[in-house]
Amino acid sequence: MRFKDVFSIIGPVMVGPSSSHTAGAARIGRAARHLFGRQPDKAVIVFFGSFAATYQGHGTDRAIVGGLLDYDTDDSRIPDALEIAGQSGLVVSFEEGRGAIRHPNTARLILSADGGKQRLTMTGISIGGGNVEIIEVDDFNIKMTGTYPTLVIQHHDHPGVIAYITNTLSSRGTNIAHMSVDRKSRSGNAMTVVEIDGEIHPEIVGQIGKMDGLVSIATVDLSQKSISSEWMVLPKED
Amino acid sequence: MNFKTLDELASLCAERSLSIGRLMVEEQSLESGRSPEAEFSTMAQYYEVMKEAVERGLTENTTSPSGLTGMDAQRVVNYGTQQEMNLGGAAGEVMAYALAVSEVNASMGRIVATPTAGSCGVIPGVFVSSQKRFGWSDEHMVYGLFAAGAIGYVIANNSFISGAEGGCQAEIGSAIGMAAGALVELRGGTPAQAVHAVGLALKNTLGLICDPVGGLVEVPCIVRNGFGAVTALAAADMALAGVRSVIPSDEVIQVMMEVGSSMPEKHRETAKGGLAQTPTGRKIMQDL
Repeated sequence: MRFKDVFSIIGPVMVGPSSSHTAGAARIGRAARHLFGRQPDKAVIVFFGSFAATYQGHGTDRAIVGGLLDYDTDDSRIPDALEIAGQSGLVVSFEEGRGAIRHPNTARLILSADGGKQRLTMTGISIGGGNVEIIEVDDFNIKMTGTYPTLVIQHHDHPGVIAYITNTLSSRGTNIAHMSVDRKSRSGNAMTVVEIDGEIHPEIVGQIGKMDGLVSIATVDLSQKSISSEWMVLPKED
Repeated sequence: MNFKTLDELASLCAERSLSIGRLMVEEQSLESGRSPEAEFSTMAQYYEVMKEAVERGLTENTTSPSGLTGMDAQRVVNYGTQQEMNLGGAAGEVMAYALAVSEVNASMGRIVATPTAGSCGVIPGVFVSSQKRFGWSDEHMVYGLFAAGAIGYVIANNSFISGAEGGCQAEIGSAIGMAAGALVELRGGTPAQAVHAVGLALKNTLGLICDPVGGLVEVPCIVRNGFGAVTALAAADMALAGVRSVIPSDEVIQVMMEVGSSMPEKHRETAKGGLAQTPTGRKIMQDL
């Protein structure tokens, strides 16, 4: 199922004007920010398809940069994100991508910091209603939606790695919702992406961080935090 | 979720003697692992955002950054106070509320995507005005939103809800189907009647292209929200009267998928065709 629950249909709460081109773009940017682990110094953002054709009118550029600043979809600073990024030392450039794409709303991000010592590439697609899929990270073809707390683990490809990860999760009683794995070559590097139910305990990240052959570990969580409004209780059954 | 089609959804409701809204609260809770109370609370908060958006659209300056649109909801309200509307007061108010929310969206205000931002006016327009008209409680409305969400969940997973994939039929069309089905339930109709309303509504928007002028969610998006909300009332009334969708609603959803998939790229939110490429549309794009 591409759309997982009721709030992927009713929601997100967001700043206009477009769920796919504004809210979805913000989520793609925010996923990249979480993967990168901090605010990058430089971001090259490549828009494809409908994103490339209409990004200025929809504020896609502002929204995706807002995401890089870790703003949620309803953050009122999104309209000013380009200016805020400039003031906070994030240099952003936009390009129009060419070539075949899997989806009309595709964005590829190339983030860097420390003069290029830390680098990340990521591709996201915006599939409608503010929902996104991340389909590539550092040239690994993986899949995640950001609606679940997600572990993104890069590691050497050798026997027992996935068992170690799943054992660590199971020892904390954590259930796996979805999982995707890709590798560049046999005995080369691989990436394992685990979307989980509930929260990621810090001990899980610590335990997997000690794993043999670990290259990197990141967590992504784009679930919408409680918005400010009056609380209401579920009425009793009639 | 324990259903993939509207037919399965209606059967599940019958089996468990639940409305679509109440069933969806339970299904959502199973999916998320959070309590039904927590899920209900989140939706209740979303409904508050919808009400705020209606209010803002009716009272504040909604001129968009491009200057192309804004204040149309207030024009309709003013006209309605001076003359008898052709639609009648109730439908006229639904239309004005839908325009209001859509104008708030275009002016980069806060809205709830239902199912998208481009179609964010239809459901609040129908819900907020009908709540006032029929004196319904907020609780009743929140269950209605779960019903709308259940219908949208089926449409989204069997077809699409983005203009870039399937044209405007996927956005405004889906929103009308969701609003119509939910309104049937809010008025006391059965899940089966609600499902018929979805099919009746979707048939009326099949083939609608996404051709936003200048690539902005303004022209024709905003007025289509107004029209869409009125159409939802019509579909709900037909279904409540016993009118059936002869082609089952799940099959109509498949047709939306077929039509959207064969729609040329220029008519799928690229601003490369349709109204966007009329002489006036091109001039507006140049002047932006």
